[in-house]
Amino acid sequence: MKILVCISNVPDTTTKVKFKEGDSLFDDSGVQWIINPWDELALTRAMELKEDAGNSVNEICVIHVGGASADATLRKALAIGADKAVRIDACPADAYHVAGQIAEYLKENPFDIIFSGIESSDYNGSSVGAMIAEFMDYPGISSVTSVNLDDDDIQVNRAIPGGKQVLKTETPFVAVVQKGIAKEPRIPSMRGIMMARKKPLEVKPAVELEVLTESIKFELPPAKGACKMIDSESAEQLVELLRNEAKVL
Amino acid sequence: MSVIAFAKNWNGKFKNSTFELVSYTKALANQLNTNMVVLSIGEVAEEELKLLGNYGADKVLTVSNPQLNTLTSRAYADIVAKAANSVGAEVIVLSDNNSGKAIAPRVSVKLKAGHVAAVQELPLSLDPFVVKKSVFSGKAFGHIQIKSDKKILTIAKNCFGLVANPCDVAIEEFAVDIDTNLFKVKIIQEEEQKDKVILSDADIVVSAGRGMRSPENWGPVEELAEVLGAATACSRPVSDEGWRGHEEHVGQTGKVIAPNLYIAAGISGAIQHVAGISRSKCIVAINTDPEAPIFSVADYGIVGDVMDVLPRLTEAFRNSKS
Repeated sequence: MKILVCISNVPDTTTKVKFKEGDSLFDDSGVQWIINPWDELALTRAMELKEDAGNSVNEICVIHVGGASADATLRKALAIGADKAVRIDACPADAYHVAGQIAEYLKENPFDIIFSGIESSDYNGSSVGAMIAEFMDYPGISSVTSVNLDDDDIQVNRAIPGGKQVLKTETPFVAVVQKGIAKEPRIPSMRGIMMARKKPLEVKPAVELEVLTESIKFELPPAKGACKMIDSESAEQLVELLRNEAKVL
Repeated sequence: MSVIAFAKNWNGKFKNSTFELVSYTKALANQLNTNMVVLSIGEVAEEELKLLGNYGADKVLTVSNPQLNTLTSRAYADIVAKAANSVGAEVIVLSDNNSGKAIAPRVSVKLKAGHVAAVQELPLSLDPFVVKKSVFSGKAFGHIQIKSDKKILTIAKNCFGLVANPCDVAIEEFAVDIDTNLFKVKIIQEEEQKDKVILSDADIVVSAGRGMRSPENWGPVEELAEVLGAATACSRPVSDEGWRGHEEHVGQTGKVIAPNLYIAAGISGAIQHVAGISRSKCIVAINTDPEAPIFSVADYGIVGDVMDVLPRLTEAFRNSKS
C-alpha cells in the first residue's frame, strides 16, 4: 500500500504577518518556513502506519506544489521519514491550481491513501484535499481524526459536531485530516537528516491549468482598544459591563 | 441568473448558522439584483423548511431522500452542482463548517467555479467580483478576486448575523438521479453527545489554559460554562497534555471560533491562540500575570488566580440571572 502526503510550506505559526508592495504581497523577509502543521501530523500518522508491520504500507511519498524555496521543507519531510519527495515546479496560484497539479501527478502515479491537511495555515483555503478527490473521482473523508489499517481494511474516524463517526472506505481515497490524527509531530533524528540527503527529491514540470481566483490585497485586523481592567473582587461589575456595555449576555 | 444557498440540516433541524447563511445569500441576491433559491438535502419536515422563509427564502428545493440524511460529500456535491445548474446560479453559497468545507471544493471542480472559503462579509465589489476572507489563521484578511463566471463561497460563522425578512416559501421537490457509486464510504458507528453545548455553535465559550495547573481543577470552568449555557474549550498545551480532548482545542491548529463572548481563564495568549479567537465579539481574560499578552486582545481583564476568580464569576452570573 502506498501513501501520498500533500505538504504545504507555510510561515512558522509564531510569525507576525506583514505585507509589502501596497499590501498586495506577503512580506516573507525573515520568515521561518515549516511544514504546514496538519500536514506534519498526517506525515507522522503515515509513518506510524508504515512502521506497524501488520500493515502492508511500503511507500510514503510527500508532494508539494511550489518553487525551489520549499526544498528545505521537503528535505525535512524526508528526514522525518518519507521515502520520496516530489515537487511540482509551479507558482501555486490557488487551491484549484494546486489540487489540479497533484491530480495530474496521481493519474500517472497512483496511491492508495492520499493525506491532505484540513487547511494551510497561510491562505486557509481548506479545499485542496477535497478538490483532489473530485478531480480523481475518489471517495474523500473530511474532518478525519484517525486512520487505522487492519490488513487492507481501512477504518477512519470523522469528527462531527459534538461527536464522531467511524467509517469504512475502499481505496484509493483522500483523507482530509485535522488535529488528533497523530499525537505529536515527529522531530527528525540525526540519522534521519543524514539519510534524507540521499533520498530522491523529484522535480516535475507543472501542467497548464486555469487560475480561477487571485489575491489582490491584504489587510490587518483593526487594532484592539485598551483592555478595561476590573478588580478581582468585583465579579458583579464584570457581569454588569458584559450585559449593559458589551451587550453579549 | 440567480444565487443558490445550500442549507445543511442536522437530524432534520437547521441551526442559526443556516439562517445566517440564508440572510447573507438574500442580501447578496439583492446586491446582484436577482433571486435566491435555497437547497436542502435529506429529510426535513415542511415546518422546518418554512423557517427558511423567515430570512428571505421564497423558493426552497428539497431532496428528501432518507439515503441522504447523513453527509456524503460526493453525493451532496453532485446534487448541489446539479441544482445550481438547473436554476442557472451564478453564485453558490455554503456555511464554512465541516460540511461546507467538504462539499464546496468538490462543487468548485465540477463547475470550474472559483472558490473562496471563510468569507467575512458581502462582496467588496461585484465587477470585478472581490470578497474578503480571513487568512494566516485569523491574523489578517485577504481580498480575493474570483475570475470565473461561476463562483462558490463558504461564509464564516457570525460574519453577517440574522436578518429577519419574512417571505412566503414555495417548497419544491428537486428530482435528481442519485448515483449509488457515490456512497463508497460507509458509516459503521456514530457517537454524539446530545447534552453538551457544541463548541463551533456556541454563543459563549469558557476556555482555560495551563493556568488551571492540573486537569483535576476543571470543575470551576465547567460550572461557569453551565451557568452561562456555554461550551468549554482549552488552549493547545492543555489538549497536548491530554488534560482535555482535542475537540476542545481552540487556536491556529485547533478550532477557529467566533462566539459573542469568549472567556479565557489562565491562558497567556500566545499568538497561535489569539489567531483562533480574534473574531470573538467580546473577550474576557483572567490571568495572574498582568503582563500576559492575552490582555492586549481582551476587552475586559481581571488580574487574579483563576481558582478564586472563576467561582466568584459563576456566583455573580447566577445571582444576576435570578
